[in-house]
Amino acid sequence: MFRRLPEPRARAVHFTFEGEALTAHSGDSVAAALLGAGIGHSRTTPRSGTARAPYCMMGVCFECLIEIDGVANRQGCLVEVRDGMTVRRQQGAPGLPEDLADEGGK
Amino acid sequence: MAGSSDVIVVGGGLVGSAIAYGLAREGAKVTILDEGDVAFRASRGNFGLVWVQGKGDGMPDYASWTRRSKDLYQGFADGMLEHNGRDIELKQEGGLELCLGEDAYRENEDEIRRMHNQPGVGENDRRMIDAEEVRKIMPLVGPEVTGASFSPHDGHVNPLYLLHSLHAAARQLGARYVSGGKTLSIARDGDGFRAETEAGVFRSGKLVIAAGIANKWLAPMVGLDIPVNPNRGHILITERMQPVMPMLLVNARQTADGTINFGNSHEDAGYDTSISPAKLGEIARNVVRYFPILKNVRVVRTWSALRVMAPDGFPIYRESETAPGAFSISCHSGVTLAAAHALDLAPTILNGGFNDRFAAFSPERFNVSPAA
Ligand SMILES: Cc1cc2nc3c(=O)[nH]c(=O)nc-3n(C[C@H](O)[C@H](O)[C@H](O)COP(=O)(O)OP(=O)(O)OC[C@H]3O[C@@H](n4cnc5c(N)ncnc54)[C@H](O)[C@@H]3O)c2cc1C
Ligand code: FES
Repeated sequence: MFRRLPEPRARAVHFTFEGEALTAHSGDSVAAALLGAGIGHSRTTPRSGTARAPYCMMGVCFECLIEIDGVANRQGCLVEVRDGMTVRRQQGAPGLPEDLADEGGK
Repeated sequence: MAGSSDVIVVGGGLVGSAIAYGLAREGAKVTILDEGDVAFRASRGNFGLVWVQGKGDGMPDYASWTRRSKDLYQGFADGMLEHNGRDIELKQEGGLELCLGEDAYRENEDEIRRMHNQPGVGENDRRMIDAEEVRKIMPLVGPEVTGASFSPHDGHVNPLYLLHSLHAAARQLGARYVSGGKTLSIARDGDGFRAETEAGVFRSGKLVIAAGIANKWLAPMVGLDIPVNPNRGHILITERMQPVMPMLLVNARQTADGTINFGNSHEDAGYDTSISPAKLGEIARNVVRYFPILKNVRVVRTWSALRVMAPDGFPIYRESETAPGAFSISCHSGVTLAAAHALDLAPTILNGGFNDRFAAFSPERFNVSPAA
């Protein structure tokens, strides 16, 4: 759906999405990297479970929420993709991180 | 002249809109004159509580009026749906005021005792529960929480949906909403009133001034002295999460969308709506004392807005004696009172006897000279 403009100085960046190895360009945001890789949807909504993809690409719409390196609810368009990143599709709203939930029970 | 109606309501916030909806339900032809986005608008920046406990300490009529609104709320919400309103996400499952430390616990306990002796609804079934019981309801509270007061009557709504619903339902019942209708002057005109606005001149039989803190300068035009002042509150909104807050708190609520809203700060900052980072820090630090578990949760939005506050914090309702048919309505809990405003106050405006019915809320209470 998206075609890249030529970027002479870009270097390849390797990350995974849902366990699948993908390649992006240095300087891409996580959201841009996913769109560039043809990923159809990057999260589902908490209310109805419908699919969403990054939209505004500038930090205002929150459609790009995604789990990066185990931290949910990150705005993919505001985070630069890095080598070795683990990105997962966000399903609805996250709960509290488990280690924290344990702490609360004490 | 831009038009004539039975009643003009000046102000399209929660108070004006609830009254307009109530009047339109009774068959009155209503025009709402509303300033615009430049106005101070508590109704667009509030917390959404339909809150009962603690309301009316020192004024039993306010306690029972609040309770009446709570009791009317479900029917009010259903009624708006029938008239093309929207689902306002009303939940009335009770609420807690958590106490940090022993002093806070005693303060709430004392308030319950004081209100118990008031005529009418008394303490509104409010009772203290100890820390252990709080932890059964809310396992995530921190060690500093010493207990809470609980009332089964507390609830909340989505306040923006409420405002939208009131506008939609009033319109469906024939009310006209004039945006950009900042009212510059109000005067008697024959049997009725004439309002000059930035959107033209409007005429009506009766007139209700419900313009929030602007009542202070509009009400004198019909011979009323309404001493309301701004009181600034900040609200913080977190990222969306799975339900982690099983019960409503007076200063934190999780919405149907999963965000948690924090607030309940009170500041005298004049008409300044800027955000105070120091205040935000204070609110956030407090939240973490209640819920240490939330220390890493991200806050994604924040704002401040001005409450409409009387010197004693209670509503001010009055029909003018020098210009009968002109009313001024202000209150600091416009969400909570919306049901009573629509279903009880509005019909009283049409049917007469307003000042008798709402004697307790007269601004004359501020003119009593202190006992020697
Ligand atoms: C931070 C905060 C939290 C709150 N939390 C709660 C809560 O949890 N529960 C609760 O019950 N209440 C709460 N409130 C209070 C509640 O929001 C207010 O009581 C209520 O919104 C007041 O409504 P209003 O219509 O009187 O005023 P506003 O919302 O201020 O509306 C006044 C309207 O009048 C219009 N206006 C002003 N001047 C003119 C003019 N000259 N001509 C024409 N129109 C004019 C404006 O455009 C505006 O729309 C909170 C308030 C704040 C600020
Ligand atoms: S795409 Fe809109 S906030 Fe990221």
